[in-house]
Amino acid sequence: MKKNLDINVHHITRVEGHGNIVVNMRDGVLEKAHLNIVEPPRFFEAMLKGRSFTEAAIITSRICGICSLGHQITSLKTTEAALGLEVSEQTVLLRKLLVNGATIQSNILHAYFLAVPDFLDAPSVFPLIATHKDVVLRALRMKRLANDIGDIVSGRAVHPITPVPGGFTRIPTRDELLLLKDKLLNEGLPDCAATVETMKALAGAIPQFERETEYISLTHPEEYALYGGAACSSDGGTFPVEDYLSVTNEFVVAHSTSKHARHKREAYMVGALARWNNNYKHLNESALAGAETLGLKPKCYNPYMNTVAQVVEVVHCMEDSVRIIDELLGCGLKAEKPNQTPTRYGRGIGSTEVPRGILFHDYTYDNHGRIVAANCVIPTGQNLANVDADMQKLVPEIVDKTKPEITQHLEMLVRAYDPCISCSVHILDVDFKDA
Amino acid sequence: MKPKVAFFDFTGCEGCQLNKLNFENELLDLLAHVDLVEFREAMDETSDEYDITFVEGSISSPSCVERIHDIRRRSKILVALGACAVNGGINAMKNIQPIEQVRETVYGQDKYRFATLPAMPISAIVAVDYEVRGCPMSQPDFLQLFKALVMGKTPPTYNYAVCVECKLEENECLLTKGQICLGPVTRAGCQAICPGVGQACIGCRGFVEGMNREAMVEILTEKGLSVDEAVKRLQLFNAYEVAV
Repeated sequence: MKKNLDINVHHITRVEGHGNIVVNMRDGVLEKAHLNIVEPPRFFEAMLKGRSFTEAAIITSRICGICSLGHQITSLKTTEAALGLEVSEQTVLLRKLLVNGATIQSNILHAYFLAVPDFLDAPSVFPLIATHKDVVLRALRMKRLANDIGDIVSGRAVHPITPVPGGFTRIPTRDELLLLKDKLLNEGLPDCAATVETMKALAGAIPQFERETEYISLTHPEEYALYGGAACSSDGGTFPVEDYLSVTNEFVVAHSTSKHARHKREAYMVGALARWNNNYKHLNESALAGAETLGLKPKCYNPYMNTVAQVVEVVHCMEDSVRIIDELLGCGLKAEKPNQTPTRYGRGIGSTEVPRGILFHDYTYDNHGRIVAANCVIPTGQNLANVDADMQKLVPEIVDKTKPEITQHLEMLVRAYDPCISCSVHILDVDFKDA
Repeated sequence: MKPKVAFFDFTGCEGCQLNKLNFENELLDLLAHVDLVEFREAMDETSDEYDITFVEGSISSPSCVERIHDIRRRSKILVALGACAVNGGINAMKNIQPIEQVRETVYGQDKYRFATLPAMPISAIVAVDYEVRGCPMSQPDFLQLFKALVMGKTPPTYNYAVCVECKLEENECLLTKGQICLGPVTRAGCQAICPGVGQACIGCRGFVEGMNREAMVEILTEKGLSVDEAVKRLQLFNAYEVAV
């Protein structure tokens, strides 16, 4: 049958920011399958111009409430690279603990609150309070614990306060870290095990769909790369993060206020699934066991499994946080002042794996420590071309389903990427008419 | 009957909405007292009328203006949430550069292709009944307002400086330690959370009414900033209010 199909999901729900799904098929020929990004412009690069190095991270953390820690840490690393500021081993450990906390918080938020309702055919998490109260309470408890990491180590989980160029304005106390470790062991780890069981029970609702693509993430020879490393591609090759522009190759498309990106193919994927595919060997044993339980195998080409990869990372980060606290306490906490004496001025590039994928910041400072040029390349922007390519393969495969079913598959696909649209449109505005 | 509550977002980071989902311990109790009818970031459902509407983010494009008028018409009480909605917040920094220059920085040769407006607080377009300040909005502040509205009371407002709360918290004064702190002119209500952990106040809650700007600039220049740098620091979250 030559099918006509028009789908227009205006402001897709349960994602961060504003996007529309548009699909048009005429006589069985797919004319259009896009995620349209309609978020208003942000202009962060313009805002950063002329700002002091002490203000850069305060400003860029406001690119996104969900990823504020990731932006902040990346911004600090970028400024430190540009100004030649060395940081201590303790600072690095505290930052890694923060990155773990932010990864747990964001992945839990997405898996339980935004994705699970689809698996249970519910319009949101709120009706599940009545039907699955223990699961909702567990999700809230895990989010609280992740936020406790942020509150204790950085002063506040959303838009953290104490991380500054060169270190921290306040170091957590031994007692605070011991309390945190106790919660991670007695609450966090059992909740992780229960989460894996819950996800296993729901995994049947994850659509079977595959599209092999290029996967890009940081990689590190000794650890599951979240805080730092070199950029790497599943198509081969690692690149110093300083060469990020040769990886991201951003370009403008008419249907999106966020730029798209491509590397060796038409599109590439970043995020938990890309990290899994490139770096699964460095996950701790609990996380690998969780992956096995959930049927997540190395080189997974089903983008819907990104949510499963996020759950596996939660297990990893929970256990890894205990290890970091042990290491911090083993070294003895030191009351350090942040090192804010520049040894050079110029350009710096920093990269972190934030929950949605690889993030790059790039600043150039003048001799007074003021920004003259800035660029931020955001994970969601890097994924957009890949989302479109997935949709273009997916729609013909499910065209015999009803329109509501097709729409639901498409919405679930977009949600699986856990897009962060406010982030992705940090600079661009196309004069786009709301459909 | 339970009040119908809705949440909407405009230009911003959605961190204030996230902060609501971060009431892990209180969330279920809060939800028991209201009928949550619209919250795009977390749920699919929508509604036509609202008793209490919370709005996050700034107005920054023509479609934002249209949308906020529509939301206002359908809302009995409208609350601005967070710095972007209350006073334009960090978004308004783009206003202080010539728009020509901002467009060129971002779009290069395509600079005339895109429509944009200066970033504005919600109150620049429609009447706002109450506000929760801060970037992000402070959670205790939000809880207090939420409880007051559900009980039909008037929520508290703050028109004194962060310094007052900072003294009550018995923090060491960061200005006397040489830091660039905006506590003397910034509205309280945050329990001086930043100075409490050694970070200077950055003015995210907006300024007290009738602030003494000259005196604040003078204090900052004594700490080593130029007048231009002092004004820029004041503008970080308040560029809509503090003209050059």
